[in-house]
Parts: sequence; structure tokens; C-alpha cells
Amino acid sequence: MLYFSKLRIVFITIFSLLFVLIASSNLFKFDDIFFDKKINLGLDLQGGSYLLLEIDNEPVIEQKLQNLTTTIRNFFKDKNIRINNIKIDKQNIFFNVLDENKEQVIEIFEDENSEINPYYPRFKSHQLEIEDTGLNLKINFSRQGLINLKTSSQDQAIEIVRRRVDEVGTNEPNILKRGNSRILVELPGLDDPMRVKSLLGKTANLTFRFVTQNEEDRFGVEKLEFEDGTQEALVSKRIIISGENLLDAQPKMDTQNNQTIVSFTLDRVGAKRFGKATSTGIGKQLAIVLDGKIISAPVVRDTIASGAGQISGGFTFQSATDLALLLRSGALPAPLEIIEERTVGPDLGQDSINAGMIALSIGFLLVIIFMFVKYRFFGLITNVTLIINLFILLGVLTLFEATLTLPGIAGIILTVGMAVDANVLIFERIKEELKDETNNILAFDGGYTKSRTAIIDANITTLLAAVILFLWDQDQLRVLL
Amino acid sequence: MIAFNKYYNHFNFLSSALIIISLLLLIFKGLNFGIDFKGGTLIELRSNDTKINVSSLRDKFSQMNLGDVSVKKFGSDNDFLIKFENKDNKKNIIEEIKVNLDKSFGNSYDFRRVENVGPKVSAELLKSGVIAISLSLAIMLIYIWVRFEWQFSLGAILALFHDVIVTLGVFSLFSLEINLSIIAAVLTIVGYSMNDTVVIFDRVRENLRKYSDIKIFELTNISINETLSRTIITSATTLLALLAIYFFGGEILKGFSLAMILGVVFGTYSSIYIANTVLVRLRVSQKTVLREDDNK
Repeated sequence: MLYFSKLRIVFITIFSLLFVLIASSNLFKFDDIFFDKKINLGLDLQGGSYLLLEIDNEPVIEQKLQNLTTTIRNFFKDKNIRINNIKIDKQNIFFNVLDENKEQVIEIFEDENSEINPYYPRFKSHQLEIEDTGLNLKINFSRQGLINLKTSSQDQAIEIVRRRVDEVGTNEPNILKRGNSRILVELPGLDDPMRVKSLLGKTANLTFRFVTQNEEDRFGVEKLEFEDGTQEALVSKRIIISGENLLDAQPKMDTQNNQTIVSFTLDRVGAKRFGKATSTGIGKQLAIVLDGKIISAPVVRDTIASGAGQISGGFTFQSATDLALLLRSGALPAPLEIIEERTVGPDLGQDSINAGMIALSIGFLLVIIFMFVKYRFFGLITNVTLIINLFILLGVLTLFEATLTLPGIAGIILTVGMAVDANVLIFERIKEELKDETNNILAFDGGYTKSRTAIIDANITTLLAAVILFLWDQDQLRVLL
Repeated sequence: MIAFNKYYNHFNFLSSALIIISLLLLIFKGLNFGIDFKGGTLIELRSNDTKINVSSLRDKFSQMNLGDVSVKKFGSDNDFLIKFENKDNKKNIIEEIKVNLDKSFGNSYDFRRVENVGPKVSAELLKSGVIAISLSLAIMLIYIWVRFEWQFSLGAILALFHDVIVTLGVFSLFSLEINLSIIAAVLTIVGYSMNDTVVIFDRVRENLRKYSDIKIFELTNISINETLSRTIITSATTLLALLAIYFFGGEILKGFSLAMILGVVFGTYSSIYIANTVLVRLRVSQKTVLREDDNK
């Protein structure tokens, strides 16, 4: 047992040296010679901002149901079925049909080739569920339908979030999906996330609509506040153009009155509609509405056929820049809420790295001295293995380009303390064997063999606990919630 | 040889008392949850002006209508930790605070760290923490069951349970803050304590096979003594590493390292005085392990 073949010794030596080399690539640049993998520093060490955003899907669902009521009405009108008393209540659509039509309507909804209710064969589910409550028919999104809706609004939202964050120009932002209604934004090196937060907090739904005095407008009207909260105005629900029609938006200085404005250009459809509206609406006030608030409501003086215009509204240069950015990046499908934020300044990060390194050095030194005092020569051997162990640990982290955080450093220091365990188990067993065994070699052999099961059991239990710790840290246990 | 077995009864009484006291503390006093689990806002502030101190900060913050605000020194004299619940979950709270503080202190201060955890997230974090700890206990139970006999499994899990409950009890007694890093510490304690127990159990089993005429009462004592120097040395090196983290690793790691230090101490104690006494009380004998061998 205690025989180590030359091959094995050579292999272990090369293996150890390889990891020393890999681990040290964190300190030197090996770009061209070897490889350029490095351990990443977590946000708590390099400084930066972690934002967890949640998409508020309720307005999206409401909007979809609203659209659906129209679709249903038109769809069945073509089939000569009258839909009565259609209304939306708590994410359900209710309506009545004549009793003789009931079955047919339900059949249409539950048909796998239904034109009005998409079927997802992979999940064996329709988008919508229909139920006869006795009083009326009830339609609501199925579980799968809701999931699809959420993922699609998440897909759209993450795209817009990416655009907005990119425009702010932070280095290497990390934007990821979490679940089906959350988005994680990591912004390394960002000291003050205020600007990003305010940019992400806006839906940026822009519409141009006429101000009206007439409550009986064909499209309906609503009372909206001005951005500064001083005035209100009655605005038609008819949308002339919306943010989707914008090709570009830029902050500009209006040289005539020294005001900061946002100038925009429209796409062809938008330009056409804007031209038509401005030609028929001369003298009327055109409200520019962003997220339910009126930015300004200038009076139309001329027909604007060029498809270019400008928004003024008492902007500072910063607020004009931000508005232009929001308009360029497009509107979010639903409002976002920041449900978790963690920001660490770069100097605290550096302090944490320093403290961690000092603690690691001192912890390491203490353990090494202790082992030497306790075991002398064997202690020296242990210390060599301890150093190799540390290099292999750092090497593996480097290979996987793992992210090192402050708790991670604590874990490494703890490892130094616990890693001597196997050595101690063997040494102590050898000591015991030496009590009744005069032959050193046999005692050594006995020490190795007999301590093996204890070492395996001890390490597996630690490993199991570590796996749980890892899953928990990676947020993988949430499936069990 | 130290006669550990002479005190089995005394220490069993002590352990039971510790567990009961800890449970009572946990039920009636509860834990001091940090913002990770309670939701709220935390600001770590560094000042470079002696005008800024705990009382002037407390003054300023109490004028801001934030509800209960706790202001504490954090490590050094010019670092402060400010915590409040942020009940209304106001969006631009940090910016508002900055504007307010700027008025009184100018730019003689700096936010080094800001954390804001919404109520939904904190509830989820708490749940997943509890799940992680329960899951790790369950997995340990199963592993020991597979590797040893059920009596061993029960002993090990009781020891683990003791370590986790008493560590949390100490945190409750001194109102120390429970945050994410404490959950990490508890999970690590589970691993460590198990590791320690398993080494002694392994020796107990070995000795059970070797000696048919020694009663378990005596046998556990022999096994504890045989593994004692290993137990002491591994605990010592682990504690050395932990003390290094506690004293030099910075303010943020203090809670984690303290919990771990407690866990290592309790874990070492429980391996000797809980895990083993369970074997004694369940009258484990050579038959127990031989039957297991037959089954394999």
C-alpha cells in the first residue's frame, strides 16, 4: 500500500505544478503564452451595483384581456353569434350568449385548432380556459398561457433594459433573466446607480394626443396631469403617434430661446400621420404624454410634414439627454420595480479585499506554525500539501472563471483550517500504530489504510453540506419554495 | 485516558437545558433579523468630518420621517451603519436621504454600501434559508443512515440539531443580527459538526467489531480518547483560521466568523457528549454493527 510508483509521483508533481501555474495566471499576464483565464471579483469586492427588477405584469394582462374582448366580439359576430354583457373582472372575461350557442362557443375555444385560442401542443394546454359558470361564460388565461405571456414580456423588457443600460455606458454590465418575471442587472464599478435606477424606473410610454374640451370624444377622453403637477388637461384617447413611430431622438439646444429640447425624427408611417394631424389640427393643442403625464402641450401652428419635430418642456440638459435616451431605447412592455438593490463603493471593495488577504495570510501562517510546532517534520510535509491545496483551489476557481466574493474569501480561509484534517487523521493513526508495531513501514501503512474510511466519510459529509450551500447561494433551492 | 463517560449524564442534562433555553429564546425573544430577511434599507456611511457622529446622524435621520432608524458605529470611529425598515418601499429613498444629508454635512461623507431589500424578496430569502438548513440536515441524516446503523444516524442528527439550535440561541440571547452570511455559517457548521461526529463514529464502529466484550459505555470512551488528539488539532486549526477572519477579515465577516466559532465549539462538544451518549442510551452493541455487515 505504501508504495508509490514513479509514474504516480511524476503525475502528482506535474498536476500540482500545473495548478500553481494556472493559479498564478491571476497575478501575471499569460495572454499569449498560456491562457488568460482569471478569477472574477464579485461586486462586493470590486464595487458595483446589483439590481433585481420585477416586471409588473398586471397592466399587460389587463391590456391583453381588453384587446381580447374586441377580438371575441368580432370573431363571433362573423359566425352570427351575439356576445352580450362582456366585461372584465379580476383578470377574467365574462360574457353571455344565447343558450343554444353555448356549446358551440365552448367547442370553438377548446378545439386544438382554434383560431381564437392558441393551443400549445408541447404543454398540452390552450392559452385560455373557458368555463360555464351557469350565469355566464368565464374566460381566463390558463397557467401555461400566463407563463407564455410573462416570458414574452420578460423577453421584451430585458431587451429594453439592455439598451438603456448600454446607453449609459457602464463597463460590462451583466443582465440576466431570473424566473419568468424578474431581471437581474449587475453593474460592476458603478458607484452611484441613481441614474440607471431612474432610467429603469420609467416605462417610457410616449404618445402624442390632442387636448380636447369635448367630453363626448368618439375615442373617449381622460384627464391627465402635467409633469410639474400644476395643471390638468382633458386629453383624447386617440393616439396620433406613439413612441414606436420614433426613429431617433436627441437632446438639442434651441438657439432661439436658449432652451434644451429633445428633437426627434419619425418613421414613414409616423411622419404621414403626424403630417395629417398637424394639417387638420392647426390651432389645437397637441399633448405630448409620457407615462400618463403631460410633458407639454404646444399649439399646432403649421403642418409638419417632414417627420421631424421637437419636444420642449423646461428640460435641463441632463433630463433632456435622459428623455432622448428613453425614447431611443423604446418603451417597456410593463412597469419595472426594483425589489432588491445592493451597491458597494469601490473603496469598500478594496478594503474588503485587503482585509480578506490579511486574514488569509494570518490564518494560513497560524495554521502552518501550529502544524510545525505540533508535528515538526510531518508538519512541514503537511504545510507543503496545504500550500499545494490552496493553489489547486485557486487554480480550479481560475479554470471555471468563478466569481470570488467576500464570503468566498472567508470560505478559502476556512478551508485552510479544515484541510489539515486528513493529514491529522493519518498522523494520529500512525502514532497509534507505532505503539504496538515496531516496524515503521508497517505502522505507516496501517495508519494510511485504517484512517481511510474516516477520511472518506468525513469529507463526503463536508462535501454534501457544501453542495447544499452552493445550491442555496445560486438560488437553486427556490424550486422547492 | 480521560473518563469522558463519567460525565455523560451531567452533560446530557446540560445539553438538554441548553436546547430548551435556546428554543425558549427563539420562541419568545426571537431572532434579530437583518434587512435580508426583514426587508428594509441599510446604509454604510463613512465620514471625514468629526461633526458627523452617531447622535448627529440619528438627529438628521429622525427628521426624515423614515420610521424606526437605527444608527450604529461600524468598526472604526468614522464608519456608521444606518438601518431602517422603509415601510412604504419608497423608490428614491436613497437619493432623498443624500439630498437631506448634503444640506447639513456637505460632501464630508460617503455612502460606502447601500442595500435595499423589498418585502417580497426578504420573505423568499428567509424561506430559502430555512429550506437550505432543513435540507442539509435531512441529507446528513440519510447519508449517515446509509453508511452506519440508524442509531448512529439518530445520534449524529441530534448532535447537529443541538449545534444549530444552540448557535441560533446565542444569536437570539445577544440580539446578534441574522443575515445571509449567518445562514451560510449555519450550513458550514452542519458540515463541520457532521465531519467531527463521523470520525468518532467511524472509530466506535471499528472498535465494536474488534471487541465483543466491552460494553458500549466503555467503548465510546475508548473511541473518544483514541480520536481525541485529532479532534483537538482539527478544531484548533479551524478555530485559528476563524479567529484570523474574525479579527482581521473586516467588519462584514464578523457575524459569519462568530457564528462559525460558536458552531465549531458546540460541534466538537456535541460529537463527544451528544452523538456518543445516544449510542449508549440506545444500547448499541456488537450485534448492531454485525447485523449491518450481514445485510451488505
